[in-house]
Amino acid sequence: MPTIVIDGEPYDVDGDKNLLETCLQLDKDLPYFCWHPAMGSVGSCRQCAVTQYQDENDERGRMVMSCMTPITDGMIVSLKDEATQEFRDSCIETVMTNHPHDCPVCEEGGECHLQDMTNMSGHTQRVYQGPKRTHRNQDLGPFINHEMNRCIACYRCVRYYQDYVGDTDLQAQGSGAKVFFGRHKDGALESEFSGNLVEVCPTGVFTDKTFSKHFVRKWDLQSAPSVCMHCAIGCNTSPGERNGTLRRIVNRYNGDVNGYFLCDRGRFGYDFVNDQRRLAEPLVQQGDSLDSTDRDDALAQYANLSADCEVIGIGSPRASLEANFALQQLVGEDNFYSGLASSEQALHQTSLTVLESTSALIASLRQVEQADAVLVLGEDILNTAPRLALAVKQATKNLGLNMAADARIPSWQAAAVKNLAQNQRSPLFMLTPAATRMDSIAQSCHNDVPANLARLGMAIANAIDGGAPGVNDLDDQEKELVAVIAETLKGASKPLVISGSGCFDVAVVQAAANISRALAAENDKAAIHLVLPEVNSLGLAMLCSKKPEADLNAAMKRTVDQVNGQAAVVVLENDLYRRAGKGLVDDFFDAAQSVVVIDSFHNDTTARAQLALPAATFAESEGTMVSSEARAQRYFAVHNTEGYVASSWKWLAELNKSVSWTHLDQLTAACANSSPLLAGITLAAPDREFRLNDQKVARQSHRYSGRGSATAHISVNETRVAQDDESALAFSMEGRQSNLPPALQPGIWSPGWNSNEAINKFQDEIGGHLKGGDPGIRLLDKATAGTQSGWFDSIPQKSMPGSQGYRLVPLHHIFGSEEFSSGSNAIAQRSPKPYAALCAADASALEVDQQGWLKVELNSGQWTLSVAVDDSLPRGVLGLPSGLTGLGGLQGAAYGGSASISKTQSPVIASDQTSGGGE
Amino acid sequence: MINVFWSQLRSLWGVLKHTFTKPVTVRYPEEMPYYSPRYRGRIVLTRDPDGEERCVACNLCASVCPPDAISLEKEERDDGRWRARYFRINFSRCINCGMCEEACPTYAIQLSQDFEMGEYVRQDMVFEKEDLLIQGTGKYHDYNFYRVSGKAVEGKDKGQAQNEAEPINLTSLLP
Ligand code: SF4
Ligand code: SF4
Ligand code: SF4
Ligand code: SF4
Ligand code: FES
Repeated sequence: MPTIVIDGEPYDVDGDKNLLETCLQLDKDLPYFCWHPAMGSVGSCRQCAVTQYQDENDERGRMVMSCMTPITDGMIVSLKDEATQEFRDSCIETVMTNHPHDCPVCEEGGECHLQDMTNMSGHTQRVYQGPKRTHRNQDLGPFINHEMNRCIACYRCVRYYQDYVGDTDLQAQGSGAKVFFGRHKDGALESEFSGNLVEVCPTGVFTDKTFSKHFVRKWDLQSAPSVCMHCAIGCNTSPGERNGTLRRIVNRYNGDVNGYFLCDRGRFGYDFVNDQRRLAEPLVQQGDSLDSTDRDDALAQYANLSADCEVIGIGSPRASLEANFALQQLVGEDNFYSGLASSEQALHQTSLTVLESTSALIASLRQVEQADAVLVLGEDILNTAPRLALAVKQATKNLGLNMAADARIPSWQAAAVKNLAQNQRSPLFMLTPAATRMDSIAQSCHNDVPANLARLGMAIANAIDGGAPGVNDLDDQEKELVAVIAETLKGASKPLVISGSGCFDVAVVQAAANISRALAAENDKAAIHLVLPEVNSLGLAMLCSKKPEADLNAAMKRTVDQVNGQAAVVVLENDLYRRAGKGLVDDFFDAAQSVVVIDSFHNDTTARAQLALPAATFAESEGTMVSSEARAQRYFAVHNTEGYVASSWKWLAELNKSVSWTHLDQLTAACANSSPLLAGITLAAPDREFRLNDQKVARQSHRYSGRGSATAHISVNETRVAQDDESALAFSMEGRQSNLPPALQPGIWSPGWNSNEAINKFQDEIGGHLKGGDPGIRLLDKATAGTQSGWFDSIPQKSMPGSQGYRLVPLHHIFGSEEFSSGSNAIAQRSPKPYAALCAADASALEVDQQGWLKVELNSGQWTLSVAVDDSLPRGVLGLPSGLTGLGGLQGAAYGGSASISKTQSPVIASDQTSGGGE
Repeated sequence: MINVFWSQLRSLWGVLKHTFTKPVTVRYPEEMPYYSPRYRGRIVLTRDPDGEERCVACNLCASVCPPDAISLEKEERDDGRWRARYFRINFSRCINCGMCEEACPTYAIQLSQDFEMGEYVRQDMVFEKEDLLIQGTGKYHDYNFYRVSGKAVEGKDKGQAQNEAEPINLTSLLP
């Protein structure tokens, strides 16, 4: 370990880091702009200058840019040297010459890295009185505001957008003092990760447009540690609330999961919480309508409805483990059903089995980033698990990093590494039903129907390990592809296989399992990641693993066939019309004596309820979710519930007369005891008794304003602040604000560091884990030898699309396919209209083009859809978007089946289509 | 002993003398006393010289207010200006410290010389934006934040604020 001397003090430091990182890690305040922990150094802003001395006798020293200076043993530097301090001050002064003097009307104000660095450098007075350069702004879509005057030309945005993410539609334009950062013309940023610009840009050029619509300053937000609800990756978030409105989401660093970045679905999908469709009161059916009632009446109604009959419980992958468990206990294990259609239940159970018995590592996102060869089998990760896709993009850079290491270039030398690697990337193979926006960085891509992809996967496993079942009738092209992929994965030191439930095909998951098993036999670094669709899909699978056959279809069948008319059905946070065909669900509800629904929103299922209980969303409740890497994570209420709204688990605890759960912790413990799989979940976060110096943890900042007036219009007499009995957090600014356990850290702030850049102060090393450990607890890990599974050996038939009607494949959309986020206005604006995709040859055979319309008939219904020509689809394959609200009634079960399609006229009511086209 | 006696005499003399001095009190409320413009009384929200609301809802006043007497929230209309959607001061909390005025970057919030703020009902001491907003500029007559700041608003485009150059033409090839 090298020793360096900073301002006369010796320190033992990590030799792999640069001097800036080292200083920040030592808790020194040194300003910087262009360096970013995830993107390394380019040395362009000159803000991080320090003085380095030749030896003890050198008194003058020389100025170096700390972010470009490697650590050498015995080096002597000074941050306090006057010459460099003045230089840093003058650097700020230079970038501030053009500053538009608009902090008061800037959304970044109060959490602005430029403000912080200006303060830190001591530049306080404008001297320059000449003209300031100005720019016109662009409309960058519903997510991001653009205010170019504030730019300091640090180039972080384009380095993030182009180098880190790999998208191209944000560019540096012009040169010198004219440089401009934007698109070639107005329009939404194409990247799925554009929202991170809000945090990456150290100024207010890119700010959160959705936040601006109900803006308050960072210090006025009440925040809590939370988990993103919009896919199974489980990114850690810090949602901010004020006066009962959820205002925004920002990233909450987790070294093992999301690191510094979120996807746009996660960042901008929160607004559904504030939606008009929220259930605010219990509703009871009176004749044909649902009338509101109060809590006690609702409980009495439930007692009536459930008296003397079987009570059947339908769980949900979007509800917490505790809520599902509480329902299971209410209705009894025999009457609890998962709420997933059989096909999806089978998929999730298979994924769980694979993860339980895998001999490969279950890759966290950090491990994904370290992989040096990646195979993606069947899953459109950019749309089903976006943050995972961003991690895979980083994995493809490992070749460059390895080349750099050989050339003795440190990994933080971003420009040098990029220059050395040029276009060379670590191998990525994308085997998916249709082309994805990641294909350009893949070594090779192949599009086919899921069954054929599964066959390829099986063949790859066989080529790696002859013990795996083989596949016979592959064509030459497929054989070659299999050989290349098998060879590459075998040769890699950290191979990774990614698959998932996205194409609704069990064989695909099984094939991925075989490949990872084959790899793991030779390589103990081989890893697997299986994507699941919803935030708690894996948790629900674990809860249901004792009775995997108890799915929604089983519940429907039993109700209709056996207990017809004598069962009360309790549906937990689940719109069953999104899970199974309308006819089936209608019959189910008709056969039930009564339907009780606990949910946060009005939807088709609540419309069928005799009793609907208003549930809190993630922002007002707490619970545990299990992510696709089997990490159990606790999320906490950001603000208290109002009126009759209550957490689902609370409703269920109240409905259950035989237990006395008064706190979530009791429920979590009971749930943990119910199954060895879930035993770890109590450790996901400190419990409600936790105190630091006898204090709770404050959700509000120490400068939370307006306590004496925010509600004074209602009553000038101040009321007691809401109490949180469920966690160690308080709905107050009173309580501990520092040295918190990471799982209880509501937001990121440190004195002098008001922006999220303060995260440097919370990590054990820059870009490392959080001090105190990354939140969450892994429930599964690489299985020990004895418990490993054998090969999956059922190889699907070769599928010949086009032979019997069109073969249906799902196409996923980051914006639109997920239920919660599509209820948020900004996301809805970006979500596609329902369409039917097919290849150009099929389109011309049907005599339709991009402007045409198709009638699509399935068993579960028929739709008239506009045509989208996607030439990556094989012939005979029809791609339909998954989960779009406009395609109600099309569920996962339908995919894999076939459809008949025919040309038709544009529907008469398509009034929002371009004029002139319709009738 | 002598000293004590002398001191009492002197006090008596002093009191007697005051009978003939001009009183510092006035016959309030018939007569109003003089208050310097710097007096810290009832708070008002002022307008800029063009008659537009000065407050841009930056929240700085609320954040410095020691008893947390101010709360407000931003809205942005089509003209591009930020304004307070609501602006509330709870005068039963306010200690007239003047910190809000000091923090305000736009001279919007100002403490006036008016001190007559008694109410029979405490609830009436909660002032909303309608109650706070006056027609004039208050103590500071000239400042107009949007004339200085680079944010474009209706009637003031990019490049038209103080010391601003014309917006850069990105399609020009000149260096
Ligand atoms: S827009 Fe922001 S990130 Fe990009 S160069 Fe300007 S200041 Fe830096
Ligand atoms: S990747 Fe998934 S969990 Fe992460 S932010 Fe996006 S939607 Fe949320
Ligand atoms: S004068 Fe002082 S106490 Fe009164 S509103 Fe202003 S800052 Fe708050
Ligand atoms: S400080 Fe001034 S501009 Fe800012 S919110 Fe208060 S009154 Fe308005
Ligand atoms: S941070 Fe070192 S030069 Fe910009």
